[in-house]
Amino acid sequence: MTEHKDYAGSKMGMWLFLFTEILLFGGLFLLYSAYLHRYPQEFHEAGKTENLLLGSANTVILIGSSLTVALSITALRLGRIRHCLVFLGLTVALALCFLVNKFFEWSAKFDRGIYPGSEHMKSLPVGENVFNALYFAMTGLHGLHVLVGSVLLSVVATLVARGRVNREDFVILENAGLYWHLVDLIWIFLFPLFYLIA
Amino acid sequence: MDQAAPRDPGFLASPGGKNTLFSWIFSTDHKRIGLLYLSCILTMFAVGVLIGLTMRLKLITPGNHLLTPQTYNALFTLHGVIMIFMVVIPSIPATFGNIFLPLQIGAQDVSFPRLNLFSWWLYVTGASLALISIFTGNGPPDTGWTFYVPFSTKTTTNVSLAVVAVFVLGFSSILTGLNFITTIHRLRAPGLTWGRLPLFTWSLYATAWIQVLVTPVLGITAMLIFAERVLNLGLFDPGRGGDPLLYQHLFWIYSHPAVYIMILPAMGVISDIVPVFARKKIFGYKMIAFSSIAIAAAGSLVWAHHMFTSGMSDLAIWVFSLLTFIVAIPSAIKVFNWVATLHRGSIALEPPLLYALGFIFMFSVGGLTGLIQGSAGTDIHVHDTYFIVGHFHYVIFGGTGLGLFAAMHYWFPKIFGRMYDKKKAFLSFWIILTGMNLLYFPMFVLGLEGMPRRYYDYLPRYATGQFISTVGSWILAAGMALMFANLFAGARKGRPVGSNPWGGASLEWSVASPPPANNFITEPVVTKGPYDFAGVIVDD
Amino acid sequence: MDDAPDMEHESKSTHILSYGFLTGVFAVLMVLTATTIIVSRIELGFWNVVVALSVASAKAALVIFFFMHLKYENRTIKTMVLLAFVLLAICIGFTFFDVGPRT
Repeated sequence: MTEHKDYAGSKMGMWLFLFTEILLFGGLFLLYSAYLHRYPQEFHEAGKTENLLLGSANTVILIGSSLTVALSITALRLGRIRHCLVFLGLTVALALCFLVNKFFEWSAKFDRGIYPGSEHMKSLPVGENVFNALYFAMTGLHGLHVLVGSVLLSVVATLVARGRVNREDFVILENAGLYWHLVDLIWIFLFPLFYLIA
Repeated sequence: MDQAAPRDPGFLASPGGKNTLFSWIFSTDHKRIGLLYLSCILTMFAVGVLIGLTMRLKLITPGNHLLTPQTYNALFTLHGVIMIFMVVIPSIPATFGNIFLPLQIGAQDVSFPRLNLFSWWLYVTGASLALISIFTGNGPPDTGWTFYVPFSTKTTTNVSLAVVAVFVLGFSSILTGLNFITTIHRLRAPGLTWGRLPLFTWSLYATAWIQVLVTPVLGITAMLIFAERVLNLGLFDPGRGGDPLLYQHLFWIYSHPAVYIMILPAMGVISDIVPVFARKKIFGYKMIAFSSIAIAAAGSLVWAHHMFTSGMSDLAIWVFSLLTFIVAIPSAIKVFNWVATLHRGSIALEPPLLYALGFIFMFSVGGLTGLIQGSAGTDIHVHDTYFIVGHFHYVIFGGTGLGLFAAMHYWFPKIFGRMYDKKKAFLSFWIILTGMNLLYFPMFVLGLEGMPRRYYDYLPRYATGQFISTVGSWILAAGMALMFANLFAGARKGRPVGSNPWGGASLEWSVASPPPANNFITEPVVTKGPYDFAGVIVDD
Repeated sequence: MDDAPDMEHESKSTHILSYGFLTGVFAVLMVLTATTIIVSRIELGFWNVVVALSVASAKAALVIFFFMHLKYENRTIKTMVLLAFVLLAICIGFTFFDVGPRT
């Protein structure tokens, strides 16, 4: 029997992998929910220390990058390779902007003495301490995924440029896109939980 | 047949005759990967058994100083971590699942063969890291395999490395599950409808869903312990607003469904074996298939029955106790259906069936004792006692363990094309069954009398039960040694067999023994069910 | 669950979303984002969280159904996605049997 490429199977496999990511972050969302229930006032207070401008900017950036990666798939399927590569490039660029913003946010926190295990954090009301600990855990894990996603998309871009991923065989790009959208999805929930809670 | 006559070794040999290690450890052939897993898993099983025997030796009499308390704590931690993550969880899916899933559905391989190989490499990596954690740093973890906070975040032993190992092993399990789900959906041969799948395949399907959906929660739990230790995050530190019970929730959200990862494939093996040796269609095929899914689903709702005495709310105790009783129902349905299949069947008491019957007995005992634990009121008295230890060894070792042994006796002739000595197989079965019951039954009594678990020493009143238990462990070990010696000798130089020595009707019995590298010469077209024995020829 | 394993007649989910359509979805997402930020500045007490998460869920649905193409996938995949989210909801929800009364 010859080897078939199974487009639907490949996509199913990717969705199954996304479920594992949803449940992975899900554990952290579970912790957040429980602690929000326990410390509503402190979460509200601690939320005020978050930078709403940077957070909102990052939301626009990430949703924008979801748009560009979706556009890149359309472009490829219509045979517009150059458009595809431009959109992928934009996606990665936006991702890097996101990470730069995150770097500024975290630096500002560190400067104020808020970092995992810091004395200042320990001196805060316990609910605020938990909020900050969750902030680092969740945005940290998320940021890691943004980084991984950027690398993944860059690799896929080279595959597109080489023709290995093309108009007929594009499932790799679709799957990379799915991963990227998941990263966006997680942020869509992180944003209100950390920046709009104030 | 002449034992010395050359046989076609099928997938066991490499093309060009060069059967190198390289050709095996970089093979994407699901059958080779299955055997790679088998050799690793049996090795880790031996290590786990040795640790268990050592623990039992310490406990043979009260007051001896064979081991220090710290060593004992490390041993029971390692025993649990090795047995659960490196042996039982992958045991049947990664070995017999890998080898026989594609064969049972008439496919050439799984959906993602390279991912399959990667899964095995992840397993090897995780297992290596776990073993390394024994020897480096401040010694092996002493927290128990459950890694409860706050002790796991504070102990100076090698917990950090151990949880990294657990994370990697979990990832291996996830990818296997992902592969199997896709394979079963996408690669079934023409005519092989969902209603004609062997029940082993159904059990692998249900198991794969649990693997994919809940193992990530173990992943985040492991990451959180690591973060607590290395980054001092403080999420579970009560002094900083954390709640240790939330750790327990996260841990058991995985670890309870994990026991269904352990038992479902074994149940699948039994469901495949019983009809073959009763020469009768399985009773209630649809209910058994449905029960596999129901166990997976209901099993995901009951995790906090491990936390009845933890300080959890009364409402949670009530809810989770109620839900736990529901899970018992589909398991019981399976037992009834197996027995009903045997009833008025034409029984051939071959070794696979004997081990299957052993499974049914041991699992029933273990399952019934589970009800005492599931009922919150009675659990107060037995939680963290030997009663629990007895329960889970009956279901995991008496259940999955015997299921694994049954699978070996059933499928080794197919894999290796040779039959083992059946007399030795019978003898080892009875020794094993005796040993298991001597080892674990006293634990129910000890537990009810108040003997706590994970204690390195005990009061003299428990001495009799502990002594019997230790003697049982020796008998069990001897039985297993005989069993494995027999199986391995049979695989290497047993009497050659044909494609269908047992007269099975599922697709794996239609190919040669050992199966050829690419499974089927032409894609099979399926026209009947997997337990339809009409016209099936026993090819011995 | 009857996805035919016959690979020859595979129809790659043919629906291609146009640049215009995708940008339209993005525009709606921006409106929702602006909305949720504005509403969060109004003091609604407990309802702030409800509104914020509802809007987030709406945004998520748009991303899942259109950017991730789920609207055009077969019923098997849709059921699987639902299953994953239901399980997550159960995990968090059932934990609240404990956390709720105990806090």
